[in-house]
Amino acid sequence: MPVVQVEGVRKSFGAVEVLKGIDLTVERGEVIAIIGRSGSGKSTLLRCINGLEGIQAGSIEVSGHKLDASGRGLRELRKDVGIVFQSYNLFPHLRVGENIMLAPRVVLGVGKAEARQRAEEALAEVGLAERFEAWPDNLSGGQQQRVAIARSLAMKPKVMLFDEVTSALDPELTGEVLATMERLAEHGMTMLLVTHEMAFARRVATQTIFMHQGKVWEVGPSERLFGAPQTPELRQFLGTGLK
Amino acid sequence: MNGFQFQFSPVFARSDVLLEGLWLTLQLSAIGISLGALLGILLAMLRGLAPRALRWPVDAYVELVRNTPFLVQLLIIFFGLPSIGVKLTAEQAAIGAIVLNLGAYSTEIVRAGIESVHKSQIEAGLSLAMTRWQVFRHVVIAPALARVWPSLSSQFVLMMLSTSVCSFISVQELSGTAANVESDTFRSFEVYITVTAIYLALALVMRGLLAMLGAVLFPKGSGLGRLRTQSGR
Amino acid sequence: MIRTFSESEFLFIVASARWTLLLTLLSLLLGGLLGFIVALARTSQLAPLRMLAAGWIGMIQGIPVLMLLFLSYYGLSMGGVDMPPIVAASVSMAIYASAYLGEIWRGSIQSVAWQQWEASAALAMSRAQQYRYVILPQAVRIAVAPTVGFIVQLVKNTSIVSIIGVVELARAGNLVNNATFAPFKVFGTVAATYFIICWPISLLARRLEGRLNARRSG
Repeated sequence: MPVVQVEGVRKSFGAVEVLKGIDLTVERGEVIAIIGRSGSGKSTLLRCINGLEGIQAGSIEVSGHKLDASGRGLRELRKDVGIVFQSYNLFPHLRVGENIMLAPRVVLGVGKAEARQRAEEALAEVGLAERFEAWPDNLSGGQQQRVAIARSLAMKPKVMLFDEVTSALDPELTGEVLATMERLAEHGMTMLLVTHEMAFARRVATQTIFMHQGKVWEVGPSERLFGAPQTPELRQFLGTGLK
Repeated sequence: MNGFQFQFSPVFARSDVLLEGLWLTLQLSAIGISLGALLGILLAMLRGLAPRALRWPVDAYVELVRNTPFLVQLLIIFFGLPSIGVKLTAEQAAIGAIVLNLGAYSTEIVRAGIESVHKSQIEAGLSLAMTRWQVFRHVVIAPALARVWPSLSSQFVLMMLSTSVCSFISVQELSGTAANVESDTFRSFEVYITVTAIYLALALVMRGLLAMLGAVLFPKGSGLGRLRTQSGR
Repeated sequence: MIRTFSESEFLFIVASARWTLLLTLLSLLLGGLLGFIVALARTSQLAPLRMLAAGWIGMIQGIPVLMLLFLSYYGLSMGGVDMPPIVAASVSMAIYASAYLGEIWRGSIQSVAWQQWEASAALAMSRAQQYRYVILPQAVRIAVAPTVGFIVQLVKNTSIVSIIGVVELARAGNLVNNATFAPFKVFGTVAATYFIICWPISLLARRLEGRLNARRSG
């Protein structure tokens, strides 16, 4: 059974249709990169899979939780879907450890000791075990983003979504975040990432999806997609660079 | 409600009395608020231009007024001044208290506006060989007022509502006449519901007029309009 | 018979400040509770609740406190029950405070970055959990300074309840003035007492605000 099953999803903002019938399947342990120009709908698709944006038609199913236009089943689905944003969005009033322990405790009802253990494991996974007591404001952007990843991991999600997580970072800080993501992939996490880091997508993603004008324009194993693009649009996109 | 029945007709029968009160409320508000705002702007400018050592009288005035009730200020003027030989009517005392009170709040609000005008603007003016006064008059005060216009407007509306307190010294403005109608008719609740509705309507109209005045004084697209909408919430 | 303004008159006035303080405290507690509900309604996802709260705020802020007092006073006694004036006074002050505190707290809640809502929603928190653990703790920090500032307004406005016979500071001043005809001494004492209560609160509000701004820009 696939972890994520997206069928015929349509999404409009007012009169503008940004997703025009998207089908997508993610199997357990797969890492899927979504690339495309800004405005192609790739971030919107990711946000729909977490229910942050409602959909007008079609359905989204994540490990058995079905989400449709009615918006029911949202919280159950979100327990199994982690998302990391471009702008970290840590809770500034909580220390790093508390940031990570909060949702397992209040949402999953996990005990304090176990929440702490989860948080420590998650922090170790992103290489920040020693920053448990730090305040978010005292961390670099790259460290904050890794804490944000740990915060999602502590929920033990079935799939992790990454929405341009390195776009707000200085170039010298993107490396540490990408390395963290690569380690997650190696550890078998199912991942769906919207990214501008083409080299990273080509190396780490098992599949890459090229989105264009609200549709899945081209999809295939990353090596083939980047090595032998089939459509003129993808060729042009890869040829003209990253934007 | 123990069979209480609303009877508005005795109240409406005295509407001429209430209208006279309304007219006095409007006069008190118009005169008091205009003079008070003017006083505030002048003092804020004076404070901005005066050497640091001379600011304290303005600051003391602002702090004294802002940390004591309007009612007590009114009573001091109404009872105090005649006791040292200054004859004045209740209406004059009321206007005096309104100007004194609003003057302090306006000073504080406009001061904040002046301090928000960027230093580079002042330096630009001075570098064009303008005097400090000219810089203030032409470069500082208009943007400062534009920026604090929403706060000033709310303060004006609050002041208009506070004129009701003048009934304490038997000024026959709207709430003063309401008390008269109440003692004639014994329909207390109905009287005060009616008068409350009038105040509410006055406040809404005033908010609208002040917003329009702001749009005229600080038109959109003039730079001042931008300041006004930035600070307005 | 004219009395002189002596120590006992002075003490009578100063002691009456306890009613001013009690009234402030009561209306702050009751008004704070109401205001919290107003603020939550004002930031609700349900449009009718938002409109209701906005209407409440707009209405109360357009009515003189004196009218709120009379309406509470006569409204409560309309049921035929003889309420002590302090009850009507507290109720009217609480209604007044609920609108202003509701508006202050709405602003504080809305000044928390919207991404905080999104991040907490993505962690599967319910709306109540978002408020409880993420939004309100941040909003409280923003709200403290303006809330303290509003307490000064509340203290001053309690002077109005003197008209229904609560012998707080202003009423005590009136009584003594009627007996002594020494208005400057009497109302000077009254004003000074208010000032001694209000000024430290004003200074505190300003310091809190300065600290918050420093933290934000820092």
